[in-house]
Amino acid sequence: MCATCGCGVAGVRVFGPGQLGPAGHDHGTDHSHDHEHAHGPGQADRGQAPSHEHGLDGRTVQIQQNILAKNDRLAEDNRAWLTARGILAVNLMSSPGAGKTTLLERTAREAGAGLGLTVIEGDQETTLDASRIEAAGCAVAQINTGAGCHLDASMVARGLSALNPSPGSVLVIENVGNLVCPALFDLGEAARVVLSSVTEGADKPIKYPQMFRGADLVLLTKVDLLPYVDFDTGRHARDLKLISPGAQIMPVSATTGEGLPAWYAWLSERTR
Amino acid sequence: MHELAITEGVVQAVTERLPGTPIACVHLEIGVMSGVVADSVRFCFDLVTEGTTLEGARLDIIQPAARCRCRDCGAEFEPDGMIALCDCGSADVAVLAGQELRIRSVEVV
Repeated sequence: MCATCGCGVAGVRVFGPGQLGPAGHDHGTDHSHDHEHAHGPGQADRGQAPSHEHGLDGRTVQIQQNILAKNDRLAEDNRAWLTARGILAVNLMSSPGAGKTTLLERTAREAGAGLGLTVIEGDQETTLDASRIEAAGCAVAQINTGAGCHLDASMVARGLSALNPSPGSVLVIENVGNLVCPALFDLGEAARVVLSSVTEGADKPIKYPQMFRGADLVLLTKVDLLPYVDFDTGRHARDLKLISPGAQIMPVSATTGEGLPAWYAWLSERTR
Repeated sequence: MHELAITEGVVQAVTERLPGTPIACVHLEIGVMSGVVADSVRFCFDLVTEGTTLEGARLDIIQPAARCRCRDCGAEFEPDGMIALCDCGSADVAVLAGQELRIRSVEVV
């Protein structure tokens, strides 16, 4: 049994560019599961030989292995592949509804051509987000994780083969909306960007420190709504400083466009 | 619930290292700042080991405490919870211990 989704085999599905279908909902709902079995962390190479032999000369066998070793190894493979091609890969994370896809739609329309932007979308189900990105004129691959709560490096490797981003381009990997689980899984990205929206409240960095600790950049989104919500930007910045002293904060609004030139410049500077 | 994938990773690592060997006990190290909840791993373990050589195995988890060093004043301290803040007021700290996420050893049947 697949322990990730509880089905007979893995529930991960990958849709490449041109495979999204009409209205962003082209997969069957019968849960038929005729897919291949290659989700991670690391079932793809299950058949490989052990790295070295162990003599069972006692009842206890030392393993001394990082539990995430396999994902980390696959992430390093992704990173090497991306780096060799000069591709900037960004792992974009937030809770559901913080505005990841809306930000990417506007980024695709306003700066997509200049950045050579491509996107890997991660969601439990549907190709809705990929269709939105495609409609904004950007090449996109959709990963459906089934019951999975995060993307892992093997899923991203499959997304990379489906998408095949060009050398020197920017690839944004929109993770599954979740402020907890994605924090632990290296995908091979060069930078981690976490969205924190003003409608969620200012206490998110201190409530979800694991996620914000790893952030290179925090985008404070929906700032056009600041006059209408009770959000203390000073407290948000102070708390973030406690969790991640090096993280930069950038206030943006994908509705009005406020702050977006700085976001585009941030991406552009890192591709050189 | 990333602990399900984490626990699955444990089973895969053990079955790859010791194919076909029935396992009596698995010893893990899950630091208190690792971002993984030991109780959730215990909860997932029976489900994930079903039908494998680890089915019925005992799960032993040790949880190393967190230890940090302040990059500003050099003091070493044990942080209170997930937020590592030095008494000097600095949050710029190196985590020395508490982020472990390791399979230490297994006992074979």
